[in-house]
Amino acid sequence: MKYDLLSRRVLLKRIAALGILAAVELLVPACAVGNANTNANTIANPGSQTALSGDVIDLTISEQVFHLDGRTGMAMTINGTIPGPVIRLKEGQQATLRVTNRLKEDTSIHWHGLLLTPNVDGVPGVSFAGIKPGETFTYRFPIKQSGTYWFHSHSGGQELSGMYAPMIIDPIEPEPFRYERDYTVMLSDWSFESYETMFSNLKKDGGYYNFQKRTIGEFLTDVRRMGFWPALQNYLMWDRMRMDPTDFADVTGYTFTYLMNGLSPTGNWTELFRPGERVRLRLINAASMTFFDVRIPGLTMTVVQVDGQNVQPVVVDEIRMGAAETYDVIVEPVDDCAYTIFAETMDRSGYARGTLAPRPGMSAEIPARRPRPLRTMADMGMSMEGMHMGDVKDAHGGKTMPEVEHTGDIQKMKPSDNDPHRGHMQHGSGTPPVQDRHEMPAMDAGDQGRSRIPGAEPVKHGPDHHGPGNQMVAEYSQNRMGEPGRGLENSGRRVLLYTDLKSLAPYPDQREPEREIELHLTGSMIRYMWSIDGKKYSEAPDPIPFRYGERVRLTFVNDTMMEHPMHLHGMWMHLENGAGANLPRKHVVVVKPAERLSVAVTADALGPWAVHCHLLFHMDAGMFRIVEVLE
Amino acid sequence: MMSGTGSPGRCFARLFAVACAFLLGDGIVVPVIAAPPWIESSMTPIQSPVTGTIPNGKAVVGSTVSKVSATIGPSAKQESTRSKFSPPDNWPAPVNDQENRLFTLVDVLEYRPKTGAGQGTSGYRWDVEGWYGGDYNRLWFKSEGQNNSAFKAGYDVDFQLLYGRFIQKYYDIQIGGRVETQSFEGRGVTRGLGVIGIEGLVPYDYDFEAALFIAENGAVSARLSFTKDLLLTQRLILQGRFETNAAIQRVEEFTTGSGLNNLEFGTRLRYEIRRWFAPYVGLSLDKSIGETANLVRQDEGDPSQIRFAVGVWAWF
Repeated sequence: MKYDLLSRRVLLKRIAALGILAAVELLVPACAVGNANTNANTIANPGSQTALSGDVIDLTISEQVFHLDGRTGMAMTINGTIPGPVIRLKEGQQATLRVTNRLKEDTSIHWHGLLLTPNVDGVPGVSFAGIKPGETFTYRFPIKQSGTYWFHSHSGGQELSGMYAPMIIDPIEPEPFRYERDYTVMLSDWSFESYETMFSNLKKDGGYYNFQKRTIGEFLTDVRRMGFWPALQNYLMWDRMRMDPTDFADVTGYTFTYLMNGLSPTGNWTELFRPGERVRLRLINAASMTFFDVRIPGLTMTVVQVDGQNVQPVVVDEIRMGAAETYDVIVEPVDDCAYTIFAETMDRSGYARGTLAPRPGMSAEIPARRPRPLRTMADMGMSMEGMHMGDVKDAHGGKTMPEVEHTGDIQKMKPSDNDPHRGHMQHGSGTPPVQDRHEMPAMDAGDQGRSRIPGAEPVKHGPDHHGPGNQMVAEYSQNRMGEPGRGLENSGRRVLLYTDLKSLAPYPDQREPEREIELHLTGSMIRYMWSIDGKKYSEAPDPIPFRYGERVRLTFVNDTMMEHPMHLHGMWMHLENGAGANLPRKHVVVVKPAERLSVAVTADALGPWAVHCHLLFHMDAGMFRIVEVLE
Repeated sequence: MMSGTGSPGRCFARLFAVACAFLLGDGIVVPVIAAPPWIESSMTPIQSPVTGTIPNGKAVVGSTVSKVSATIGPSAKQESTRSKFSPPDNWPAPVNDQENRLFTLVDVLEYRPKTGAGQGTSGYRWDVEGWYGGDYNRLWFKSEGQNNSAFKAGYDVDFQLLYGRFIQKYYDIQIGGRVETQSFEGRGVTRGLGVIGIEGLVPYDYDFEAALFIAENGAVSARLSFTKDLLLTQRLILQGRFETNAAIQRVEEFTTGSGLNNLEFGTRLRYEIRRWFAPYVGLSLDKSIGETANLVRQDEGDPSQIRFAVGVWAWF
C-alpha cells in the first residue's frame, strides 16, 4: 500500500479535501462523514453512529437541493438528508413513528422487511391512502424482530429521489458474533433526471441507457476469438430472437451516480478502524434499479446476517446484492492500510466506493472495472449444447438443460409470437402442473441438514399463455441458486451463493408446504412492459389468497432475461435452498433469468400484502401483485 | 438423494464453522460447533418471537410432513374465503402501470442537395410517425413528404391517423385513414384513403412497416418498408432503409402505375449526440419502375436518382 509514501503535505491536502467535500455535501447525514473526523483515537462502540432512537421518532419529508460532484438537483429527503437518518430501535419496544409530509404530493414510508400489521406497512393503495401534503401520519407497531433493515417511500419515484434510510434493530438476546466497530453502508443510485423522464425514456426505448451494446468493433474482436461463422451465428441468433445479450441494467451509469451513504465515488465515504479490530458492515442495497457486486480487495467478508436474519457464518470475497437486500458482514483488517469498499454495478457501467482506513484521509486503490458480461442461452432457458458460443462461461452450463430434445436449434425457444394456443385457456395463476411434486422428500430433524431444492431438475414450460406483453418463455426453468450469477463466474473469487445460506438455528415452522403457487415473472423490453403471468397489476388487481396459518410454497419462474429481486411484504420467505431444517428467511429473493426459485411462507399475518419486483420501474410497469391472508 | 448428501453436508458445515471460528477468533459464537442444531430436538430460534406462535401450525421439528396436495393456483381451495380487500375510492393505485404517453419519431428529415448533371433540383424528404397511448392501445399518426424524388416529380405529402393494437408480442395492427396531396402537371391533387397496416419488429431485428391503402375511388395501393440499425460504435449508427410502393390500378394523377411502383435503398449514418437526437448524412438509390417511371417522366421528373442527404433523426 502506498499510504506510507505520502508526504505530510499530501496527507494534509487530502484531509483538507475531505473537509471541503464534507462541507459541500450538505445533505449527507452526520453518520456518513462525522465519524471519520472524530474517531481517530477512540474505539467506537457498536451503535455509536448518529441515530434516531427512542419511543417516538419524528420524520419530515421535504424537497431539498442536493449537490453532488459539482451538480445540483432537487431531491426528496427524509429529515433533510440522503440517506435519511439511521433509525435505531430495540427489539420488543413499541415504535411510534410520526411522518410529516412537507412535499406538494402524497408520500409514504414503507418499513422494509418489518413484521407488522397491514395498516402500517406503508404501501399506498394496499395499506392506506398515503400521506397527503401537510399531513402527519403516525405509524405505531411493536418491534418483533432484530437486525439490519431500511425504510423508503413507496410512492411513485420518491425512492429514486432520495427517500431511503437505514433502520437498525438491536436484539434482546446478545448477538452470536462480536465486533468492535459497527458501520452502515447504504448503497444507492442517484440521477439528476426525474423519475418521469427516466420511465418515459425506457418506455420509448428500452435500451435508452445501455451504452454497452454490441457493436461492429466487438463483432470483429469476436471473429478473431471465435472464428467468423461461430461469431456471425451468435450475433444473428440474438438478432433473430430480437433480444439484447448486453441488457444487464435498464438504467446505467450513463445517468446514475452510485452512492455509498450518500457520497459519490469522489466523495469517498470513509470510516476508521484499528488494525486487528473486527468491523461489522451493514450492507444495504437501497438502489432503485441497481444490482451491486460488493467486495473489499484484500479482505474476506464473513456473512453473519442476511436480510436482518442470523445465518451460519460464510466467508466470501464478493457478494452480489439485489435491490433491497441487506447483508451484514464482519471484516477483520489486520494491516495498517486503507481498504476500498468497492460496489461495482452488475452491468459494470459504474460503481459506488468507500474506504475503511486506519486514519482519516487515507485511501486505497480503486480496482479496475471488469468487462460487462453477456447473457447466454442458459439465461433464456434454452439448450446450450450445440450452440457455438465461445464466451459461455457458465460453470453449470452443461447441466442447465435436461438430456431431452437436444438439438441445439434455437427454434426450440418457444416461438411465442405465433403460438396457436394463445388465448384458448384461462390463465389462472399461470400455473402449469408441477411435474415432480410426488418426489417431495420428507424433511425432518433426523435428516442430515440438506433438503431437496424445488426446481433442481429442469421443468418444461407449458404453452405460452403470457400474452403480448411477454417476449419469451424459459422453455426450461431450473433452480440456479448454486450459480454466482452472470459476470461472476470463474473469477477465482468466492462469491456468496444462495445455497450457502443456512439459518443459525431452525425456525419453528418446519412444515412442508401444503400447496404451491407459481408466479411467472414476465416482461418485454420492446415496450418496457413488466408483469406477472403476463398481466400487469392493473390487469390482475385481485389478491392472491393465502389461508391464515397455512404453509404455502411460492415458486417464482423467471421467463425474462433479467434478474428480479422479488419482495414479499409482511411475511418471511423461507428460501428453499436445500438447507434442510435451516432454511434461511428473506424479505427479498433474487430470481435469475430462466430460474425456478421457491420459498416457503408461513401465512401468519392477516390482511393484504404487496409482492413485487424491487426494481422500481419494473414494479411501476406492473410487476406487482397483492397477496391476501384470509381467515 | 437426501441420505447421499446428508453426511458430506454435515462435514461441510462443521468445516465451515471451524473455518469461521479460526478466522474470527472467539468473536463468533457458532452454535454449530457445540452441536449441530439439526440434531437437537428442542430448538428455539434465535429471534423469531413472531413465528413462534404459528396459528394452526404444527411447529414441531420432525412432525409428519403433509403431502403437497394442491399445486394449481391459489383459488383451488379458497372458494369459501372471500377477499376482504376493497380499497376505498380515495386510495391511489399502488403502481403506475397504465400511464398514456406521447411519442414522436422523426426517422427521416432531410435536405437533398442538387447533385451533378441531370439531377434536377434539390429536394426534401421526411418520414415522421408517433403515437399517443399505453402499452396495448395507441393512436398513431404518420406523415411522409418528399419532392423532386424518383417517385414524385413535384411534391407529395401525406398524413395518416390510425388506431393501433399491440398483438403477437412485436407488432401493432393499425387501421385508420390517410390524406395524400401531391402536384401533378403543375396543379395540386388530393385524395383520401382508408388504411390497414401492421408495423413492428421482425426476427433479426428489422423494423418493419406494411400498409394497404384503398382510395375513395376504390384504387388499391400498398407500401412496405424495412429499416435496420447497425452499431458501428455506441453512438455512430448506420441505418439501412428499404421502401417500396405498389398499386393495382393505374392512377395517373398520383403518378402510380399498375404493379410495382418504386424501390428505394438508402443508408443513413447518424451520430447520437443524445439517445434521442442525431444528425446524419445519407445516400439513397431511388428508382421508379415501369408505368410509374413513365408517369414521373411525363411530369418532368427523373425516375432514377442517386441522392445525397443531410438531416436529423430525433425522437421525443
